[in-house]
Amino acid sequence: MRTLIPAAVTGLLVGQAQAADMAVRIEIPRLNVAEYHRPYVAVWIEGPDQKVAANLAVWYDLKLKNDEGTKWLKDLRQWWRRSGRELTMPVDGVSGATRPVGEHQLSFSEGKAPLGKLAEGKYELVVEAAREVGGRELLRIPFHWPPKGPEQAEARGQHELGRVALQIKP
Amino acid sequence: MKKSLKWVALALAFSLPLSVQAHRMWMLPSATVLSGADPWVTVDAAVSNDLFYFEHFPLQLHNLTVTAPDGTPAKAENQSTGRYRSTFDVHLTQPGTYRLAVVNSGLFASYKEDGKPKRWRGSPEKFAQDVPANAQDLRVTQTQGRVETFVTVGKPTDTALRPTGQGLELAPVTHPNDLFAKETATFQLLLDGKPAAGIEVSIVPGGIRYRDQLNEIKTKTDAEGKFSVTWPAPGMYWMEAEVRDDKASFSAAKERRATYVATFEVLPE
Repeated sequence: MRTLIPAAVTGLLVGQAQAADMAVRIEIPRLNVAEYHRPYVAVWIEGPDQKVAANLAVWYDLKLKNDEGTKWLKDLRQWWRRSGRELTMPVDGVSGATRPVGEHQLSFSEGKAPLGKLAEGKYELVVEAAREVGGRELLRIPFHWPPKGPEQAEARGQHELGRVALQIKP
Repeated sequence: MKKSLKWVALALAFSLPLSVQAHRMWMLPSATVLSGADPWVTVDAAVSNDLFYFEHFPLQLHNLTVTAPDGTPAKAENQSTGRYRSTFDVHLTQPGTYRLAVVNSGLFASYKEDGKPKRWRGSPEKFAQDVPANAQDLRVTQTQGRVETFVTVGKPTDTALRPTGQGLELAPVTHPNDLFAKETATFQLLLDGKPAAGIEVSIVPGGIRYRDQLNEIKTKTDAEGKFSVTWPAPGMYWMEAEVRDDKASFSAAKERRATYVATFEVLPE
């Protein structure tokens, strides 16, 4: 199942047809808590109208019987509101299992799922994490697409997320 | 002493159905935004002073209806009524928005019989049989009350929210399960299916016990029956509106009182 693509995308790309790349690094911090569960994490790209331009990743508990892990997807409450509640899980190439403590790298190519094609403009990379019996945190990294040269930016979480870094290159 | 206690008990029994004035009626769902393959909600229903605490009377569930997202009636399971609250569960088998509503209608009469003041409440069918034909100073009010809340699995939908065209109702402009702190929501009040203009609306956040001020938000519907509220903070909110007019359908009633109460959940941004 393909993810959401904004209506503005018409496939008309300015300049050369070379595909741009995007890399996202997400750190899941080690937490000193009595009961630890790996966080649910959603990674998406939002346009200036707050509409979801692309869902990049959703990590949730896939292993529970009868799809019970989907019960807590609404706790990723911004993602749930922006697009989660419109989707049928799992979403091919987007959903995956929860990840352990540490740094995780995700790579995306323009024109290929799940990034697809983005019209030129201002965007934000949004990473939201929610942890069972724990907290929730949301980070945003603004960027312009397509990149003129290699660019990077990062944001740092306070409790549920560590460093989140975005690298884009033409 | 004994006699006065009896009178207090009697007065309480009579005043309970009129509780909109003195107390607040409400339903409180365990969740309003749900995901997952097999979701349920459990709901508390009570009549109380403070929101949302069980401290006075249970809300009776005789006139409870649950409307599923496709508009068909759904089951309210595990119903129970205790000293201070009623509870029930709803198995949410369809994606979309459910409406849970307790809708009461009836007559209230006050009159004098042999010079003594009397109060009566009941159905139109019982009126002639219970209220003496020679009642003096008879005043009859027809009452229509709706107490409701909404829960949504997945994407919010509107089918279950369609107005019935009777009494005071809420029509969504903003969906009642898509409410977020700092955002402004707009709703429309309908009286008998038509825009209810100039109606006072009161909105009170829950958690009254732990603060000194009521923090009531007061507003009024505009010419189209619409009103807006900017939610100051996340939490559960109680909303009430009331209309008094002369549109009673029962001939002996000169006055009609229609009330609307809803519980909304406002999520953090």
